[in-house]
Amino acid sequence: MDTNWPIRVSDLHKSFGAIHAVDGISLRVAAGEIFGLVGSDGAGKTTTLRLLVGALWPDAGEIAIAGYDMSRQAEQARAHLGYLSQRFSLYEDLTVLENIRFFAEVRGLSTGEWLPRSMEILDFVGLAEFKDRRAGQLSGGMKQKLGLATALVHRPRILLLDEPTTGVDPVTRQDFWQLIIRLLNPDAEDGVAVVISTPYMDEAARCNRIGFMRAGRFLLEGPPSALCATLEGRILELRGQPLRLLRRIAGQDEDVEDARAFGDRLHLRVREKRMKAVLRRLPRRIRAGGGSLDDLRQVPPTLEDVFIDLSEDVL
Amino acid sequence: MLNSRLRSIIRKEFIQILRDPRTLAISLFIPIMQLFLLGYAATSDVRNIPMAVWDQNRTPASRALLDAFRAADYFRIAYDVGSEAELRTLIEMGRARVGLLIPADYDLRFLDGTAQVAMVLDGSDPTVGSTALSAAQLIGQAHATRILNERMQRAGATFSLQPPLEVRTQVWYNPDLVSAYFMIPGVIGMILYAITSMLTATAIVRERERGTIEQLIVTPIRSWELMVGKILPYVILALLDTLEVLAIGHWWFGVPVRGSLALLLALSGLLLLSGLGIGLYASTIANTQQEAMLISWMTLLPGIFLSGFFFPLEAMPKVLQWVSYAIPLRYYLIIIRAILLKGVGAAAIQNEIIALAVFGVAIMGAAALHFRKRLD
Ligand SMILES: Nc1ncnc2c1ncn2[C@@H]1O[C@H](COP(=O)(O)OP(=O)(O)O)[C@@H](O)[C@H]1O
Ligand SMILES: [Mg+2]
Repeated sequence: MDTNWPIRVSDLHKSFGAIHAVDGISLRVAAGEIFGLVGSDGAGKTTTLRLLVGALWPDAGEIAIAGYDMSRQAEQARAHLGYLSQRFSLYEDLTVLENIRFFAEVRGLSTGEWLPRSMEILDFVGLAEFKDRRAGQLSGGMKQKLGLATALVHRPRILLLDEPTTGVDPVTRQDFWQLIIRLLNPDAEDGVAVVISTPYMDEAARCNRIGFMRAGRFLLEGPPSALCATLEGRILELRGQPLRLLRRIAGQDEDVEDARAFGDRLHLRVREKRMKAVLRRLPRRIRAGGGSLDDLRQVPPTLEDVFIDLSEDVL
Repeated sequence: MLNSRLRSIIRKEFIQILRDPRTLAISLFIPIMQLFLLGYAATSDVRNIPMAVWDQNRTPASRALLDAFRAADYFRIAYDVGSEAELRTLIEMGRARVGLLIPADYDLRFLDGTAQVAMVLDGSDPTVGSTALSAAQLIGQAHATRILNERMQRAGATFSLQPPLEVRTQVWYNPDLVSAYFMIPGVIGMILYAITSMLTATAIVRERERGTIEQLIVTPIRSWELMVGKILPYVILALLDTLEVLAIGHWWFGVPVRGSLALLLALSGLLLLSGLGIGLYASTIANTQQEAMLISWMTLLPGIFLSGFFFPLEAMPKVLQWVSYAIPLRYYLIIIRAILLKGVGAAAIQNEIIALAVFGVAIMGAAALHFRKRLD
């Protein structure tokens, strides 16, 4: 048994009628590693995670969790599994503590164990003072933290999180990531293997490895730095006024493949080896077109640039 | 047998039941309501039929006839009217179900033996109509016989007139033919069968509807533990309901408990298997609580009609009688009526017990095989 890879998945398929929700996913995640499933709505992230926890039955493919074959030894595997579903799936009519207690006990924590462990984990996620509140009366962010606490109460070696920060305020998002990173403890022997799904590129950048998903497949897979390296030397950042005019002028340049607003600036993706030419002629064209240029320079590519590039290849 | 996972599920389920006033009300209150509704309102005893009388004669003779009607508690002389139109209006409005017309020459024709009275009936409710008709005929005949006898005695006859034949009926087990005796065992059967099945179906589907099933799936809870843990609290509620209805039936409606209570409870457990099995099966098909309700109700309703709950089995067409053999509630109703009213032991109802057990195990088994701890 290969327990060096807490998560091993090969050539996974799942269809709903004519929709191939998951269409050939293979994946390995090591202890202490965060793997990001990155993609927009309908890419197949949730279906992939549901297959991993055994909530759905795959049409084809193999899944091994903590060394156990999910098709035959799901219950053994689940003893090591923590899962936070995309939709809040705890009991709204139970209190915070009752929820944790229930999920701790059904996972085999004894009467003596569950209370100290639950309080420890509630402290960890910052919900200790709300322990007697009904789960239905928590805010969105607190619900997600309770979900995380519940998924962690039995100290799982494998943690699967489905869009844990979608619909959560930015401060809580930060908190949430701090929690996950503290959990990981990559240096220890028994670090947790995490798979997290997200539509956000800034979150993807925090993962050790990511898979860009679309239509049930990985378009690209690897560490964020390696993925960004594929666009090295091809991204320009442009600042000036007015942005819409600058975008039109830049877009008309024969060597600019894509011009897109990133907040108050533009990112231009330039054809390979054409960086110098663009840097030379674009300021001239902007001034001729009546725009004002504040800054134009080469920047390191972000994951968002990579994602945009990928999306266009496929469309 | 109760491992810690099972215990946790059961405790969680009870907390949820107690925090959900609607479910609690349904499970504890509806049975009582049904009991009173069916024990009183839907009773098929015909008593105190309101009657309107147009007495054009108004003599001691006509009053004697009315007294005869009053004496039998089938009729209640509710209106004394002065015209046929008035009588018609009362019957049309439903105030009176029966009208009695006594002609002006009643006492005179009485003497020569040609007296006639007219009876008008509202036939829109056949049960009431036919009961009223036969009751009126009986009362009339008895009255006539008595008067004849009186007259013969006065004329010096030494014998009295007796009809050559009399059928004497003697009713066993339920001598007053109180329909509550018939209904209350039925209500208990229905609660065990229908209410528990709907409660379990919705309780399981609620997990799916609210998404909590997704978190349950990922725990090491076994499929059978989830099934048993979700069902057991409702079994306990159902047995509480049974005792509750039985107690009210006994102390309020006076239904006798002649047989063994322990035997009855044990056999109620057998019926529960069928009811819960249907609920469990419905929960595997339905996606929402409404759907679950609907599916179990659609399955249960024809069964309840064909079980002999409302109508005696013998009064149904042959085909439907055959169909009724496929309905577990049928056997239970025979069993519970036999135990409560006749006080029989297991031996007298062994065929029904076997049938009930076979259905229970089959339905529950089929549902359990269909029950999956998965989303698809
Ligand atoms: N239970 C289901 N039945 C039918 N189609 C589904 C079901 N679950 C997901 N899908 C479809 O599969 C595709 C992938 O969905 P999902 O895995 O939820 O994507 P994501 O989580 O990335 O948004 C979508 O087209 C979705 O409509
Ligand atoms: Mg999703």
